Amino acid sequence: MSGISFKGVTKRFGGRDGEVLAIDRVDLEIADKEFVAICGPSGCGKTTLMRMAAGLDFPSEGTVAVGGKAVRGPGPDRAVVFQQFALLPWKTVKENIGFGLKCRGVPAAEREREVMRYVELMGLTGHENAYPHQLSGGMQQRVAIARSSVLQPDVLLMDEPFGALDAQTRVVMQEELIHLARRNPRTVLFITHSVEEAVYLADRVVVMSRRPGRIQETIDIGATRRAENWEAQAIEDVMDRDSFIHFRTRIWKLLRHRDEAAAAAQRPARRA
Amino acid sequence: MTRRPGIAETAALTAAGFAFFFAVWWGVAASGWLPRAVLPTPSDVATTFMALIRDPFAGYTFQQHLAASIGRYLMGFALAAAIGVPLGLLMGWFRILDDVVSPLFEAVRFIAPLAWVPFAALWFGTGIGGPIMIIFSGAFPPCVVSAYRGAKLVDQRLIEAAQTHGAGSLRVIAEVLVPGSLPSIISGLRVSAGLGWQSLVGAELIVVSAGVGYLMVQGQSNLATAIVMCGMIGIGAVGFAIDVALRFVERRIKAQWSPA
Ligand SMILES: Nc1ncnc2c1ncn2[C@@H]1O[C@H](COP(=O)(O)OP(=O)(O)OP(=O)(O)O)[C@@H](O)[C@H]1O
Ligand SMILES: [Mg+2]
Repeated sequence: MSGISFKGVTKRFGGRDGEVLAIDRVDLEIADKEFVAICGPSGCGKTTLMRMAAGLDFPSEGTVAVGGKAVRGPGPDRAVVFQQFALLPWKTVKENIGFGLKCRGVPAAEREREVMRYVELMGLTGHENAYPHQLSGGMQQRVAIARSSVLQPDVLLMDEPFGALDAQTRVVMQEELIHLARRNPRTVLFITHSVEEAVYLADRVVVMSRRPGRIQETIDIGATRRAENWEAQAIEDVMDRDSFIHFRTRIWKLLRHRDEAAAAAQRPARRA
Repeated sequence: MTRRPGIAETAALTAAGFAFFFAVWWGVAASGWLPRAVLPTPSDVATTFMALIRDPFAGYTFQQHLAASIGRYLMGFALAAAIGVPLGLLMGWFRILDDVVSPLFEAVRFIAPLAWVPFAALWFGTGIGGPIMIIFSGAFPPCVVSAYRGAKLVDQRLIEAAQTHGAGSLRVIAEVLVPGSLPSIISGLRVSAGLGWQSLVGAELIVVSAGVGYLMVQGQSNLATAIVMCGMIGIGAVGFAIDVALRFVERRIKAQWSPA
């Protein structure tokens, strides 16, 4: 059982000019094997939230637990796909993808097999011996995704994993992720700026408000997805559905509305 | 920045520099302004040099003295690198070690290698141990500092990526910190190699068998300034060769290492 639980989580960062309140009393329960997407404006604390689940940052108040245990540090049960890839520049594509398996002590032959499977799956064939700096941004991102996925972790934390991909590759990866998630369900915390991507992929979409980051609303997509069997359809067909458009518009409005409200609230505040 | 001169131009300027140096030396020495015993002419030194190569002085020929020095130097330098680099990396990774060792190290590293001579002789003897310890004390600090700085400057995100994919401390050090700080370590080793070689004369002040420093000490006590100069030239030439070789290695490694 590997759900993620944020309870009353507040995160402040100390800086030169005082403290930054990045996350303000967030409560979020992600069930085991649930796929949750987080949407919100830049700087609202999405990455911070994910880093606390990964054990790379710790809450100032409240608790973050994975599988019922408070998070004390990073662990191989929670693999992270970073917003900036963070591939090891001195390792080849193959070595980067196989890194986690090597840490786990998987024998070389088995590692090679698994790595090559993901090389193929991610469309990296022919580049397996290249170094990261020889790859395009999109390819680097696919290596980063493969590096985490190959571990089959209980929890997958993904920070805008498709941000650097072109539109076509992005669609392919989204469909691939849905298939992977169906074949091999696991708990996923997925951060994205793309409302469509969130609606297409997630069981639940969490919409966050501008700093200080709070959860504005949580939208349940899973029931509709299952009822209409989205997973059996091509992404463009799903995107044409009324239900999809309805969700998308709703989330857009939440993001927009909040921005305007925040802007309005800020104008008089600046005088004070 | 100013225009970069071509290779031929650089070589010509270098040659001009040396020519000027020797001309001044020759002029001053030949003028009789200083006695020959105080400042020998370049030709005196060359003659002495040929003699030193042919006939043993202070027990050995010049080449044998130089070989003894280089052997001693390599041992001291290797020891400094073998202890200093890992220590620096560990200090860069483990906060506790950093807090315990860094202040101590910062104070000790300002003690010049020569200052260790009495203790080196007392603790490790004048055979192999003492001189090696003095070379070590010269070569050690840049090894530690460069590995430490390198480890501290490794991209935090790479460390986190390794950790979230299951790497423990040892693996992070071996697979992230070491390669990540390699350019810094290489620069540090170059500095260290130079300082170790510079400490050599000091190290050999207490040597009683062979070595360029020993040769110079013997030359000095015989008032044979030309012999002392031969030793100086030998040290300068070898030091220069070490630096050129390591610069070359450093450039090669850095070119291969830095991602485009
Ligand atoms: N280490 C840090 N020190 C100080 N402030 C920080 C730190 N990390 C994040 N912040 C601040 O916390 C807030 C949230 O940052 P975070 O990176 O979580 O945003 P985000 O929602 O992921 O943004 P984006 O969509 O641009 O990636 C920002 O205002 C940021 O400046
Ligand atoms: Mg972010």
